[in-house]
Amino acid sequence: MTLEEIRSRLEAFVPGCHAEIVVNGSPSAQNSLLIDRQHGLQAAMYLRDHPELQLDFCSNVTAVDWPDREKAEKIKTKRIVDGVEKEVEETKKTTIPGYLEVVYHLFSIAKKEGPVVLRMHTANRTDEVTLQSLTPVWRSAEFQEREAFDLFGIVFEGHPDLRRILMWEGFTDHPMRKDYVPPPDDDLEILAVSEPGA
Amino acid sequence: MDQDLKTELSKHGIFATTFEELYNWGRKNSVWPLTFGLACCAIEMIATTMARYDLARFGAEVFRASPRQADLMIVSGTVTKKMAPQVVRLYNQMPEPKYVISMGACAISGGPFRDGYNVLKGIDRYIPVDVHIPGCPPRPEALIHAFMALQDKISAQHLTGESRPRHLKRDLPSEFQVPELGEHGLEPQQNDEVFRNPLKVLQG
Repeated sequence: MTLEEIRSRLEAFVPGCHAEIVVNGSPSAQNSLLIDRQHGLQAAMYLRDHPELQLDFCSNVTAVDWPDREKAEKIKTKRIVDGVEKEVEETKKTTIPGYLEVVYHLFSIAKKEGPVVLRMHTANRTDEVTLQSLTPVWRSAEFQEREAFDLFGIVFEGHPDLRRILMWEGFTDHPMRKDYVPPPDDDLEILAVSEPGA
Repeated sequence: MDQDLKTELSKHGIFATTFEELYNWGRKNSVWPLTFGLACCAIEMIATTMARYDLARFGAEVFRASPRQADLMIVSGTVTKKMAPQVVRLYNQMPEPKYVISMGACAISGGPFRDGYNVLKGIDRYIPVDVHIPGCPPRPEALIHAFMALQDKISAQHLTGESRPRHLKRDLPSEFQVPELGEHGLEPQQNDEVFRNPLKVLQG
């Protein structure tokens, strides 16, 4: 079944689910399926249990941090300059808010097919970082969702045991986020060379 | 005693030595390392102990599985921040006299993982290191060289006077502060009693 077929079936059989295909422009052309965050769990159940798909194995869970981006667009507008109407090019900057993205790689061992790449986004990357956990669907996601929680700060709703897995309890940062900075005096040797007076 | 006189006496079948020499000779030929590996350097350390390189030739074949019976800690590999308190605690549990070899780029400075958020930038931030071996990982020959350097260091130690080793100075510590796992990293980030802080060194 092609990804487009999977997408249309998901939208048809999971009520309210919105799925879109994220195109991968590289030679591998491994396109992925972006599912809206409200229906992640239902869509995952459908993908696992549908007799033609049987995506029974989740091999990999990872996350991506997309920080706020600025998009610059050049727009041609008409303006009156020195009494004459002229066409002026203006750059318009819009900020695209960032979000955290989680990526699941699914395989069907029964059908010998895969991978199907599933993605979901959080609403933003500050206070609404909750996504539905897919551990109830694929048990193999348990530790890797914990890792995404630990290093990116994505909170998985419905996860049976959401604790940090690599960093220690009591650590408050999420070091794989793009805006993570280590403690300022962590690297004394570099500090000594770059700021001799510090 | 004069070295020439000693040589002359030995020609006549008389062996003359000092207590210090005898004591250090015994010590340097029975340095028992701690069974303790952290990363890929540990594999080289294991190779060093096996028949081809045979660390037993130097009296160090007995890797002890308890810090209470060990004399030497070979910090072989990457020390993560999560592991650092345990490394310091193991060192504290070793009886004096005790020595540390910092094996490989990671144990010296963090190595290729230095820019990572999770790796300690050198074990010398928390415990005193006697010999550093560079390499990634160092070959068994390098570890043997480090071991011989340590033996030279031991045999040159005087038992009395200002230059006597640390374990014979009562006022010097034999235990060092175990760092805590804090909210952003290890607390404190280094032990200033041990670590030559480059900021302070540059300031003079």
